[in-house]
Amino acid sequence: MSVLVLCERRSDGIDEPSLQALAFARALYPGTSVHALACGVAADEVAPLLGAYGVETLHVAEHEVFDTYAPHAVARAAVELAGRLRLHALLAGGSEQGNEVVARVGALLDLPFAANCVAAEAGPPLRVTRVRWGGSLLEEALLHAELALLTVAPHAVAAQETNDGPAAVERFAPALDDADLLVRVRERARAAGGGVTLADAKVVVSAGRGAGSAEGFAPVEELAALLGGAVGCSRAVTMAGWRPHTDQVGQTGTKIAPELYIACGISGATQHMAGCKGAKRILAINTDPDAPILESADYAVIGDLHDVVPAIAAAIRAARNEKAGAE
Amino acid sequence: MRILVAVKRVPMTGGTIVLTPDARAIATQHLGFTISPHEECAVEEAVRLVEREGGESVVLTLGPPEAEEQLRDAMAVGIDRAIHLVTDEEEWDGQATAGAIVEAVRAEEASSGPFDLLLFGNESADAGGYQVGVRVAHALGLPCVTGLKGIEVRGRLVRCEQEVPGGRDVFEVPLPALLTVKEGLNLPRYPSVPGRMRARQRPIARHEPQRPPARLEKLRFVVPEGERKEAEILGRGPEAAPKVVELLDQLGLLR
Repeated sequence: MSVLVLCERRSDGIDEPSLQALAFARALYPGTSVHALACGVAADEVAPLLGAYGVETLHVAEHEVFDTYAPHAVARAAVELAGRLRLHALLAGGSEQGNEVVARVGALLDLPFAANCVAAEAGPPLRVTRVRWGGSLLEEALLHAELALLTVAPHAVAAQETNDGPAAVERFAPALDDADLLVRVRERARAAGGGVTLADAKVVVSAGRGAGSAEGFAPVEELAALLGGAVGCSRAVTMAGWRPHTDQVGQTGTKIAPELYIACGISGATQHMAGCKGAKRILAINTDPDAPILESADYAVIGDLHDVVPAIAAAIRAARNEKAGAE
Repeated sequence: MRILVAVKRVPMTGGTIVLTPDARAIATQHLGFTISPHEECAVEEAVRLVEREGGESVVLTLGPPEAEEQLRDAMAVGIDRAIHLVTDEEEWDGQATAGAIVEAVRAEEASSGPFDLLLFGNESADAGGYQVGVRVAHALGLPCVTGLKGIEVRGRLVRCEQEVPGGRDVFEVPLPALLTVKEGLNLPRYPSVPGRMRARQRPIARHEPQRPPARLEKLRFVVPEGERKEAEILGRGPEAAPKVVELLDQLGLLR
């Protein structure tokens, strides 16, 4: 018996969630041979990398459709390969792509699928712990299936090198019909570069309902600009039409991981906190000393953002002027 | 065009999640309920498409009797009618949910004609299973594109946009198709008072599907032990600013 991990390619190799799924699979079935499927990759480049993460055999599906992202074709290739291997489980990273492709495998094979697992115990039945509510709640469940389908929640486990040699490579051309080729990326529209993105910013300054209006974001924008950071907001703000959805931090918005997250006038609903779990430190500025966000924050200032944020901006300018004067 | 939009009733959890004594559900007696966020945008998109192209929109949910509230909410912003697959309070897994929806869609199409477009949320806010739409599409033999933040119908084709790091990926599939969408697709409108009045009169067809045994069988919920922190209070009001600047300096963020 063996396990199969679907590996998503990235420009410079294989994405991090896939490498985490490999570590999860090896811990779940110790000593079992680990197969990987990668579609449309250069086998010579990927085989050493995946070998170093414990893959025995790398299966490379070859077809012109894999020049771009074609999730249904990937699922077809995975199903064809799963039919040839004797598998305990088929896994992928809990990325958007991983979840989509494994859901398609589940549909094709009419098997249950557990998305975003953080832990599992071999069965049968396989016992899984998976995340709900963007990580605010865990569910323990049994997966009743001969072949377990699951994805691994991002950062549930760390990717782990084994320092093994390159994986053996097996190429195959999956049988794909016209319907399998329909869903593929036709065009990639790339946004103009420049500017700090919310997902990558070192500092994020957000405001919630407490901003009061679209204009109420002026001091927040000023502070973010002074710190070279990005502006964020809560869902209440986007629903009110004060900011675009691309600024929203949370379960249904952007997940951020800054050095410092400054959350102004944000109460700290679970859906918002699901988006800023990756922040190293949180500074909450809130009129309510009992706001839930204070239970997740490292620092707090009790007060109205409209008074506090401009005062901070002014103090930063003063401190910088002083430094410049001293030099 | 004829559009089906599938929605799920979910609680508005607020600051902390509290479980029932048996840990098999969230204690909801003090909570309000809403349509899961991605699907609020699916409802809005269906209403806009029918406003522009003509036709009919139908909202469907699988859920307890109380989920009628979410069907009325959808009709209050312009959906024409509703199908309610009424369940007991027990949660259905993704496979069972998809199976019941497939049967309902087939029955609806047999009586009222085929749908051009089926809209689902990419994943529900609560269960986060990432699979119901994909399974329904496969069972109905429809192309499926997931996680969309842009939809444009051009004749018998639909252009679909997925947000990816650094830009957007564009797909194009023929109708009929099933699309799963994400919040940010549009800004849903608020229901008007006349809209709410009209929604009370609009028809809801009810069915009671049989729940098959769960193949992803929920045992219990656990609230993860978050690192409960004691925030260090830097001060009150604008007088706290120097302390904040001190902190920024310590973190190396002032340069």
